[in-house]
Amino acid sequence: MSAKSGLNRRHFLAVATSVAGAAGVVMIAVPFVMSFKPNAKAQALGAPVQVDISKLEVGALVRVMWRGKPVWVVRRSPDMLQRLKGRDAKLEDPRSEKFPDQQPAYAQNETRSIRPEILVVLGVCTHLGCAPIERFDIAPVDLGPDWVGGFYCPCHGSKFDLAGRVYAGFPAPSNLAIPPYRFITENLILVGDDTGAGS
Amino acid sequence: MNARRDAITDETTLMSKTADKLSELVDWIDVRFPMTKMLKEHATEYYAAKNFNVLYVFGALAMVVLVIQLVTGIFLTMSYKPDAEKAFASVEYIMRDVEWGWLIRYMHSTGASFFFIVVYIHMFRGMMYGSYKNPRELLWIIGMLIYVCLMAEGFLGYLLPWGQMSYWGAQVIVSLFGAVPGIGEGLVEWIRGDYFISDITLNRFFALHVAAVPLALIMLVVMHILALHETGSLNPDGIEIKEHKGPDGIPLDGIAFHPYYTVKDLVAMIVFFAAFSGVVFFAPEMGGYFLEHANFEPANPLKTPEHIAPVWYYTPFYAILRAVPSKGFGAFLMAMALILLFFLPWLDRCKVKSIRYRGWTFKLALTVFAVSFVCLGYLGMQPAVEPYVTITRIFTILYFSFFLFMPIYTRFEKTRPVPERVTYDQ
Repeated sequence: MSAKSGLNRRHFLAVATSVAGAAGVVMIAVPFVMSFKPNAKAQALGAPVQVDISKLEVGALVRVMWRGKPVWVVRRSPDMLQRLKGRDAKLEDPRSEKFPDQQPAYAQNETRSIRPEILVVLGVCTHLGCAPIERFDIAPVDLGPDWVGGFYCPCHGSKFDLAGRVYAGFPAPSNLAIPPYRFITENLILVGDDTGAGS
Repeated sequence: MNARRDAITDETTLMSKTADKLSELVDWIDVRFPMTKMLKEHATEYYAAKNFNVLYVFGALAMVVLVIQLVTGIFLTMSYKPDAEKAFASVEYIMRDVEWGWLIRYMHSTGASFFFIVVYIHMFRGMMYGSYKNPRELLWIIGMLIYVCLMAEGFLGYLLPWGQMSYWGAQVIVSLFGAVPGIGEGLVEWIRGDYFISDITLNRFFALHVAAVPLALIMLVVMHILALHETGSLNPDGIEIKEHKGPDGIPLDGIAFHPYYTVKDLVAMIVFFAAFSGVVFFAPEMGGYFLEHANFEPANPLKTPEHIAPVWYYTPFYAILRAVPSKGFGAFLMAMALILLFFLPWLDRCKVKSIRYRGWTFKLALTVFAVSFVCLGYLGMQPAVEPYVTITRIFTILYFSFFLFMPIYTRFEKTRPVPERVTYDQ
């Protein structure tokens, strides 16, 4: 074997060893990276929750926890439902078409709900995950004369209407998410499971 | 008389014998470990310019704060419980039941804010005197990496008390990663390890806060000092003292770091500890700026505090995030506000280093930058309503103008002649 081919051989061996070593490093990194993902226990805790709305008054909001996130249930008055109308120009996505995944198909309507008066919505701002505050008062000083009631995120100022639809010109990109839900009875809602809902 | 003289002689020989033994020990070590060599290289024979001003103590002070944080942090770890059920109570336990626990915790929480005060002054000093310029680009980049690690460390640590602001602050910052195109939501879940900020998140933030990031921080600090000692420290005149060496090879304008600067740094430390103790003992919450009031309530995932703002040292970046009415672009600008600083050595085209000899354009630009940074810091603490939003947008534009127009205004800068040797008044 000549000196040159010996050098080539050594070069090849060095590169091959480095590549094999690098591949090994990548492979052993996988379990460590994967260990960061939500574990089996965290996944199992996402069970549905029941909400009894028999005592929920008109115009009131109740909070429940589902998968560690706040879910709001609001019983909207006819007046509140009336105020959802005719403001499409100010809303980013009035028909909930831009982000179809933000609500189940049965809630892709103007009231964003199964029953018009009952709003079930995830109380997590679509901007950076704060919990918006319910501001059902009309034209308060801090939110301006245009405010007809809705949700206001104190973190970065995003505004949503009484159906969780985001107003245009604020940091939140999409409407508040509607979780899957269904009515077990007239006054009992199951959040997190919508088998047979909307039919 | 004779007896006395003998006694003195005995004592002298005894002393010289001890000295001999000591130097033998030093020799014994030096053969096995480069102790004397390192002391010379980094202290007694490391030459720094003789014209340092007071701004040059902040590097040493940053090391002092690092030590405070490491020591108090280790002791806090001994009583703290990284468990969503117990974390808040364990901090109260440290404050009330652990002997001197309140002092150790207040030193740690005050140390966090002082770390940023010291580092911000240290960085601004570097910008004034051109410490980031050729050949100190790597020194600057390592320093920036230290700054990023510090921000990560502060953020991770802030979740640990599991108060309202801990929880919602983490929620907001972790959600920022959701703005990464394509993988956003998956990435956020991966960071949290859950579908919301939970016990799992707290546990891993604890691990990162007490082990991973501090290790990286210490390694980077060592690299920062090694890089500094390789290029040599700059000075307020922005002149390379190595260009004028005496026959002994020592820079004519240089003095040994030890004892000449160690002794000055010691004076700075005394002043620093006076200020530090003042805060620790009389105003540990600093009116809600060092420890936010909302954090005295345990985390509640159902309710965001009415007014949420990060701790003061993040607010300039937070203000930039809020200035943009778009999630993706807001997060992008916030990241750019930090990333652009890394490129300072290449954005600045001016050959003259120190602000003392630079033109009015740079002086104006640096002033605008500093004012913007401070004002953004203030605005980041205010609620997101008018007129704050508009003012924030103006300062955001000014902040970025400093970087984006830098290659232009530094190229055509009218500089003053730079002296050959450092200027030094007695």
